[in-house]
Amino acid sequence: MTPRVILLGPQRFTPTVGDVVSEFGLKGPFALITAGWQEREGEDEELREAIGGEAVNLAIYDQANALYREDKELHLAIRARQTQLRELQDLYRMRLDHAMDAAYRLMRTEGKDEALIGPERESALEMVRSIDRHHLARVGEIRAQHDTRYRPLSREALARRREAIAQRIHDTEAVFIAGGHVAVLLNRLRLFELAPILHHKPVIAWSAGAMAVSDRIVLFHDAPPQGRGHAEVLDRGLALCNGVLPLPHASHRLALDDDTRVGLFARRFFELRSVALDPEVRVDWTPPRWAPGPGVRQLTRDGIAPWDAEATS
Amino acid sequence: MNQDVHDPRVRELAAGPLSRERVLGFAREHGVPLVSDDRVTFIYYGSAEQVHLRHWIFGLPGHQPFDRIADTDLWYREVELPENSRVEYKIEVVKDGRGHWMLDPLNPRRAHDPFGANSVCHGVGYQRPDWTLPQEGTREGTLDAIRIKSHAFGGERLVPLYLPARYRKSGRYPLLVVHDGSDYVDYANLKVVLDNLIDRLEIPPLIAALSNPEDRLVEYPGDPRHARHLTEELVPHLEAKLPIIRRPDARGIVGASFGAVASLYTAWRYPGFYGRMLLQSGSFAFTDIGPHHRSREFDPVVSFINAFRAKPGRPSERAFVSCGTYESLIYENRSMAPFFQRIGLEVRFVEARDGHNWENWRDRLREGLSWLFPGPLWMTYE
Repeated sequence: MTPRVILLGPQRFTPTVGDVVSEFGLKGPFALITAGWQEREGEDEELREAIGGEAVNLAIYDQANALYREDKELHLAIRARQTQLRELQDLYRMRLDHAMDAAYRLMRTEGKDEALIGPERESALEMVRSIDRHHLARVGEIRAQHDTRYRPLSREALARRREAIAQRIHDTEAVFIAGGHVAVLLNRLRLFELAPILHHKPVIAWSAGAMAVSDRIVLFHDAPPQGRGHAEVLDRGLALCNGVLPLPHASHRLALDDDTRVGLFARRFFELRSVALDPEVRVDWTPPRWAPGPGVRQLTRDGIAPWDAEATS
Repeated sequence: MNQDVHDPRVRELAAGPLSRERVLGFAREHGVPLVSDDRVTFIYYGSAEQVHLRHWIFGLPGHQPFDRIADTDLWYREVELPENSRVEYKIEVVKDGRGHWMLDPLNPRRAHDPFGANSVCHGVGYQRPDWTLPQEGTREGTLDAIRIKSHAFGGERLVPLYLPARYRKSGRYPLLVVHDGSDYVDYANLKVVLDNLIDRLEIPPLIAALSNPEDRLVEYPGDPRHARHLTEELVPHLEAKLPIIRRPDARGIVGASFGAVASLYTAWRYPGFYGRMLLQSGSFAFTDIGPHHRSREFDPVVSFINAFRAKPGRPSERAFVSCGTYESLIYENRSMAPFFQRIGLEVRFVEARDGHNWENWRDRLREGLSWLFPGPLWMTYE
């Protein structure tokens, strides 16, 4: 049986999506979501070749642009909401930077009695978690206010497009969601309210696609050319699978040899399993259980480690 | 045996039988100059009356004599060098009373510029950034060129163009106007740097116009024809032909040394047009009173910078300013950075332990460009 959700590592250099198709004997037709590629959404030849079989690109990036042209009021409202969300992210970052600096310094401090410093570390971490929770709640409030006021699903232009997309998905065997710009992808998936529709199909997702279908979306890079490099909560995802925080290309984007940094990350998001979704890696979700492929690693409080088989559900 | 030799490796070398082969083998094994903590030892082997280290570290005597190990042809010179330093140098060998400058024959590391090449010494901690080198799998942009008529100068100008990987006419791109553009490509690896930074999502895909002067010392230090050529001819021409974002915050002007002066001058003549400036080791000579003490080529620079300081306006929105601490211009740049802030620019000023050279400018490009033109790295997971 095909798992409900399959999360893959990045596909650019070592595509493995074709292996999944072969392993589960998928014949198609398939639906493709490449909205994270934005204006390159339609450049999906390599992906089609990798999966084989008939495939239809749902083109939800393009569909959203067409919708915006048709429903200008909704477009303006969405732009205003996104501006609000960006400003909120900046405000969150201001609070987060200080809290993370403090937590990181405490984690790095050596030579102190554990009984003395342990509670300080935990308290600093709880402060960070509290800021994350607050931010997630504020993001939810802004989204809810928008939905209450503009009732997107009851708007004719959107409903018509959504219905067409739903029909296309209904006619396919599985849906493939590629990476790219995670906020653009998430916003398009949300705009057309695709989560309830995707719940009924096997979904194979990677990179930003994997992030968008999970519970929570965390942005991360330990050494960006600018900024502090503190991971940030962006939003909730579609929650097509639960309990895993996918970290695409973690070995490239995170200092996985820095046990303190890895430990801080894992403890901050302790309620989720932080999984290094590196090239050629795969994890399968058949509710309520995860099945890790070979070589999957997770971030733990002691550093990077193989997926802990003791806690796969 | 000279007891002043600090580096034990040199003492060990000097203690054995010396020959060219043995010294070459020593250089291959240890790397020359010898680097240890905050000290560097330069070595020369050969008959000479004197040997000197010639370098361009402002603040140290530019001419430093080597000592000779008694009764041998082995010469050495120890120099204090703070960590993360990068220094370009030559060796001067005096024979028959005449000095001859040469690249260090024991050091294969070279830096090139329009005037030739220098030997390079890396202090402890300095490492060439990987993003300055071609990386496997990186999508590569292309170099093209356009010819443009210039009414400002008369005649035609050939302007090389950098187009990013996966360039498409339906895209929308920021524009960089780069002074000494071909030198940036040849000596600061600009194309490789842009390819890498774009591929890593650290900057957005962008188009760069690689402008080159015909008479640099005339056109760059405050020539209104140059500012007009770039702003009223080149940029509008490119914007008409290519999918360029027509906003100041998507328009950058870049230059090093006199090229930085030309960048600032052009932005000053057309305030608000170039929203982003990348100014490297700007030759921002000025006077508060009396004449300046640099060469005559600086006369128009000083005139311009003095005029700019008197009536700066607000030439741009954001400026990345960098300078080497081993160049004399560090003082002018340290002075200009807060001045830019006072007139309302958002400024980032970066110093590096390097000199007035293309590899210093190359090594600062990531920090500068990614600050002026942030890429989608944080949001994009391919």
